[in-house]
Amino acid sequence: MSQVEKPTVIPLKHPRESLLREERLPHIWCSGCGIGTALNCFIGALEKSGLPWDKVAIVSGIGCAGRAAGYIKLDSFHTTHGRAIPFATGLRLANPELKVVIFSGDGDLIAIGGNHFIHAARRNIDMTVICVNNFNYGMTGGQVGPTTPAMAKTTTSPYGNSEHPFNLPYLAAASGAVYVARWTTLHVRRLERSLTEALLKEGFSFVEVISPCPTYFDRMNRLGEGLDMMKSYQESSEIVHGFDPRKADIDLRGKIIVGKFIDIEKPTYLDFQKEIQARVEGEPS
Amino acid sequence: MSGDIACAEGALSAGCRFFAGYPITPATEIAERMAERMPQLGGVYIQMEDEIASMNAILGASWGGLRAMTATSGPGFSLMMENLGLGIMTETPCVLVNVQRGGPSTGLPTLVGQGDMMQARWGTHGVYEIIALSPSSPQEFFDLTVRAFNLAEKYRTPVLVMADEVVGHMTERVTIPEEVPCFPRRKPEFPPGDRSSFPPDEDLVPPMANVGEGYHIHVTGLTHDERGYPVTDEVTQERLVRRLVEKIRGHKKDIIRLEEKGVEGAEVIVCSYGISARVGLWAVELAKREGIKAGMLKLLTVWPFPEERVREVASKVKAFVVPEINYGQIALEVERSAGGRAEVIPLNHMGGGLHEPEDILKAIRKAAR
Amino acid sequence: MKRLEVKLAGFGGQGIILAGQIIGQAAVLFDQKNAVLTQSYGPASRGGACSADLIISEEEILHPLVLKPQVMVVMSQEAYDRYASEVAEGGMLLVDADLVPVLPRRSKKRDVFAIPATRLAEEVGRRIVANIVMLGSFAALTGAISVEAVKRSILSLVPKGTEDLNLQAFERGYEYGKRLAADKRERSIKT
Repeated sequence: MSQVEKPTVIPLKHPRESLLREERLPHIWCSGCGIGTALNCFIGALEKSGLPWDKVAIVSGIGCAGRAAGYIKLDSFHTTHGRAIPFATGLRLANPELKVVIFSGDGDLIAIGGNHFIHAARRNIDMTVICVNNFNYGMTGGQVGPTTPAMAKTTTSPYGNSEHPFNLPYLAAASGAVYVARWTTLHVRRLERSLTEALLKEGFSFVEVISPCPTYFDRMNRLGEGLDMMKSYQESSEIVHGFDPRKADIDLRGKIIVGKFIDIEKPTYLDFQKEIQARVEGEPS
Repeated sequence: MSGDIACAEGALSAGCRFFAGYPITPATEIAERMAERMPQLGGVYIQMEDEIASMNAILGASWGGLRAMTATSGPGFSLMMENLGLGIMTETPCVLVNVQRGGPSTGLPTLVGQGDMMQARWGTHGVYEIIALSPSSPQEFFDLTVRAFNLAEKYRTPVLVMADEVVGHMTERVTIPEEVPCFPRRKPEFPPGDRSSFPPDEDLVPPMANVGEGYHIHVTGLTHDERGYPVTDEVTQERLVRRLVEKIRGHKKDIIRLEEKGVEGAEVIVCSYGISARVGLWAVELAKREGIKAGMLKLLTVWPFPEERVREVASKVKAFVVPEINYGQIALEVERSAGGRAEVIPLNHMGGGLHEPEDILKAIRKAAR
Repeated sequence: MKRLEVKLAGFGGQGIILAGQIIGQAAVLFDQKNAVLTQSYGPASRGGACSADLIISEEEILHPLVLKPQVMVVMSQEAYDRYASEVAEGGMLLVDADLVPVLPRRSKKRDVFAIPATRLAEEVGRRIVANIVMLGSFAALTGAISVEAVKRSILSLVPKGTEDLNLQAFERGYEYGKRLAADKRERSIKT
């Protein structure tokens, strides 16, 4: 079945129509999923940031969140699984005018793309990485992933997950990111503000968006429907700006610390490049 | 200069301004040269965390508007296969150089091989057609790298340059022309606006807008329609993939380059490519001195394979001798193309060195009898 | 001149590859001949041994590797032990007598020339230029490249500020080589 067939009636203009490829709607995300919320906040942030849209490119990998690039009316790339960051690295360095945003999921960015993630952060390449973390692989039907909490159930950990998950803010900060924040899809205004800051930050900025996956992860772990997840985020999340990311682990039913954890200044890859360029040009030939 | 240096210089002459790579013998000298030269020319050199990343970075850079290249050897070539496919599917012009060494696995890092010829053709998954060129000297490494960039832009596809350790490391005279031919990027004639993709021209190749030009393009590795949007069905697959294959197959005459020496009137043809063709030519010369009617058919373009010409020659000669540093890869193509009209004698060498001209000569003698 | 195959061998840091580059470049750029240079890579060079293979020819060089060297320049005992037996019949072996203490025997099949290259290099200033002394003797004994071409090639390839030192080293080696060649002629007249 074709995925791009237009519905015959669109009752209302979408409030974000200016940046959505409307001909591609409806999207593929399940009801109660948080990716749409994250995308909505991103569009809001982009509008607030004042960045010229023609100079913003969005790059996704593969997975549910990876489909975001296909719905946004920017220069947009839907690359291979895990490879959004190195693709974006080439794009960013080839055209210094661009702002490059990576919008993808936890499995894509952190498992198969984990090595690219830590190296882009280490280089402090000028890009914003938005990671929608729903604790499992949704596109392929709810398998265990690099952020699945210990002992949580998925289709490939039917008796519970025997691995420790990555704590993403800690991983990003330790790898060299200059801006690190985490929010849930409940915190839409704060998330939007954080994404605006991240977009305007020079260097490698990282925002984790904790999102429900009612179809797989939440159902398998009896966490409830979309609305239940919002309630649980309200109960279990605590805003602590400047929190030490080392302690920001997430357990299956434990507390979720959110907030802006890191916001520092240091030379970016391009800053060093400019210095090198000057050095080369200063050399007598 | 050495072949590797010639390759880097060829790329720079052709306007390459982005190189991403990962150190690997015997291709490292290309990266080192690029690291030195790119800042002088205002280009970008970046050493990525692996070859997967390198391949992706050049695809991104190409969409960013630069002519982009990576260079590697066997183990890295294997890692690049994944996103070679992305390059083919998204019709991204770029150049991938493989300075082949002995394999499988880590194999012979410092010694010659030609074992990746079939990987070049079939290494990434799915249905596709590829362009691969093979140099047999530093000069050809320069020239074919230039050509690879132009073919990449003309047909909007990744192009492979399949060199080998001997060609990469040997130092020989290289003449660098003041100017080299340059096929410019095929830009859309539409004004900027919300156009996610562009219909192909008559030659089946669509124009390409770079990022940041205001078109709001959409590019995906999924099967997509002419708007660039994913449509994962049989009809769209048929239309897209057939076009991707035909845009290359339909232009074989333009893409294929052969170097023939004494083919007319010959009884035995040595058909080879890269460094093996060079040694093969020596054997042909030795055979001629003995009065054997021998000729040389050197493949500068290996893929698409010049099956029409090989078939034509097959109907006039007794045999083909095919020396190559693998267990018989291109020999299979020669055999397929000859279709039984002439005998095909594969001459295999497992790598680490070149054929002895005497061994090729013996095969020519035997074939001529 | 038909195909001349040359092997230069010693250990890393002696400038073996540089010597090969100088000869090759001299042949190609200044003598208008063809040349191909290849070299040993990897563990072979890291382990100490180091070699450069060079082919010079007026014709097109088809096989790019040295198959049977007609001239071999050897600058270490290890290289001598490893490669000396490969010299083609009727070929010549040039050794740095200061670095190859076990002096090879002259045989009917090949000429052996012992050059005190390290000592001569020390005499002109620094032992590091022993490779260039050997190069001088190579030019004198083989005639494969013109003196003018080698000198131009040396000037373009050695580090800035060492040009004079290297040219002196070349001259020393060249003179010594000429003397050896003359001795050989005399010997052949006597016998």
